[in-house]
Amino acid sequence: MSSTLQPQPRPAIGQSQRLRQRLGTVTGYLLAIAVAVLFLLPLFWMISSSLKPDYQVLEFPPRWLPDPIRWANYPEALTYVPFGRYALNTLFIAVMTILGHVLSCTLVAYAFARLRAPGKNILFVILLATMMLPYPVTMIPIYIGFKTLGWVNSFKPLIVPAFFGSAFYIFLLRQFFLTLPPEMEDAARVDGASTLQIIWHIILPISRPAIATVAIFTFQATWNDFLAPLIYLHDQSKYTVSLGLNFFRSSYDIRWGYLMAASLVTMLPVILVFFLAQRQFIKGITITGLKG
Amino acid sequence: MARREALTFYLLISPWLVGLLLFVLGPMVASLVFSFTKWDLLSPAQFVGLDNYEKLFSRDPLFWQSLKVTVLYTVAYVPLELAGGLVLALLMNQPLRGIGLFRTIYYLPSVLPGVAFVVLWMWILHPDVGLINTLLSYVGIEGPRWLVDPDWALPALLMMSLWGLGRSMVIYLASLQGIPQQLYEAASIDGAGRWQSFWRITLPMLTPTIFFNLVLSIISTFQTFTSAFVATNGGPLDSTLFYVLYIFRQAFEYFNMGYASALAWVLFVIILVLTLLVVRTSDRWVYYEGERR
Repeated sequence: MSSTLQPQPRPAIGQSQRLRQRLGTVTGYLLAIAVAVLFLLPLFWMISSSLKPDYQVLEFPPRWLPDPIRWANYPEALTYVPFGRYALNTLFIAVMTILGHVLSCTLVAYAFARLRAPGKNILFVILLATMMLPYPVTMIPIYIGFKTLGWVNSFKPLIVPAFFGSAFYIFLLRQFFLTLPPEMEDAARVDGASTLQIIWHIILPISRPAIATVAIFTFQATWNDFLAPLIYLHDQSKYTVSLGLNFFRSSYDIRWGYLMAASLVTMLPVILVFFLAQRQFIKGITITGLKG
Repeated sequence: MARREALTFYLLISPWLVGLLLFVLGPMVASLVFSFTKWDLLSPAQFVGLDNYEKLFSRDPLFWQSLKVTVLYTVAYVPLELAGGLVLALLMNQPLRGIGLFRTIYYLPSVLPGVAFVVLWMWILHPDVGLINTLLSYVGIEGPRWLVDPDWALPALLMMSLWGLGRSMVIYLASLQGIPQQLYEAASIDGAGRWQSFWRITLPMLTPTIFFNLVLSIISTFQTFTSAFVATNGGPLDSTLFYVLYIFRQAFEYFNMGYASALAWVLFVIILVLTLLVVRTSDRWVYYEGERR
């Protein structure tokens, strides 16, 4: 008797549960889509405005889609101010900064991850503390120092500091090195390899994902940087994209269609890198973010 | 052997050590010394004792204005970022197919270049044909003049910053996914609902991340610069004169290096004190799993 009665309530519970689950899924999607629309709307608006002919840009009420689509805004905006020059400048600074960070941070991070020395723990705490230090606090003496060297209005103040490491990336790489099994290094050391050889032949090849993360973060930070280039670069021919865009923005007759085209082009490299390397982005944030 | 290892350690970290002296400790001391001087970089620096600090606290309304703007903005933005990031993360932590796409969409704005981000929002906040006032006009509301209205400029910058909420979302999300599933299973066997599970499990387990986000958010919000410089240049009527913008003006527009250094040191002390306060209170509300810490 029990065997005939027992199964009966079950499908009922199962059905209502499944219904509730499905309802949850539907509300989940609806919410996610609503928020996504909110987040995408500004980008949509930018793209739409960047393709409008001039007379449609300031039209009221604004139309949602350009008609006709005016592609010429892009080449015109990018030659209105020398954007190619700005992009090359920024790229150069970014590549040099990446080089500096990868070289210096790898060595420092390896030392912090693997070697024992008196004073190491205190130095590590100092390293962490400097991550929190606001740039405005030190920017004035650093500026005066670079001015004394005659480096203002050159790329050097933006590049050279990278070769002295950066707390954030040192920390990120150290966290990564700690996850590597030390056996290979031990074996190499027994065979008489020096520390530099170990870093070069063993650590670097297996650390490509972590180093890629450093490179990507550095690229993004350099490409997006504004305050430091604003302080150091005065000649228009030396501007980075952010400075160039700001200069464009401050010109006396703002042409919003052009400006949106230029803004989108400025964002594009970061968006591309972001889509290609999303995983590294998120991993980098979580490695450093969670151990805080 | 141990001595050689120590030597190698110091050799390897020497770039960073030199950098620490050149770009952190040295400048901090120099900044303190400069703050007791009057110096325009053209004539030699003059020692003026505590004059700069005296002026700043008692005779400079713009110092107080910039502090007010920055504190007001921080007080409004930090809780919004903490709560908003968490809500987004909870939304994105659902087991839905294609959720990765949504995460990407939410996260994307926060990696965009500051200037382009701000320029885009200047257009969206355009009083006549901007996106926001257009949307408001659909429901019969005449939107404020945003960036050109002293009462609305700061809220406008606030709204703009919320587009970058994805950064804190990602940090929350990672830690949400680190919460052991057994905790929820055990709770549901004990008859806990989803609401209870959230308050009794999710939130306590997230407190270390909330703490981390709180510290990060305070420090970075206090340094707001690009949005104010690009969108409003501190105006209208100094209603968005952020603290760092004021330092920038004193240092690189008026070349009052001594006075700007004093401003910078005050900023440093404020941020340090705030951070220490948060750290101090943390043992009352941050939950660490005993054995792991």
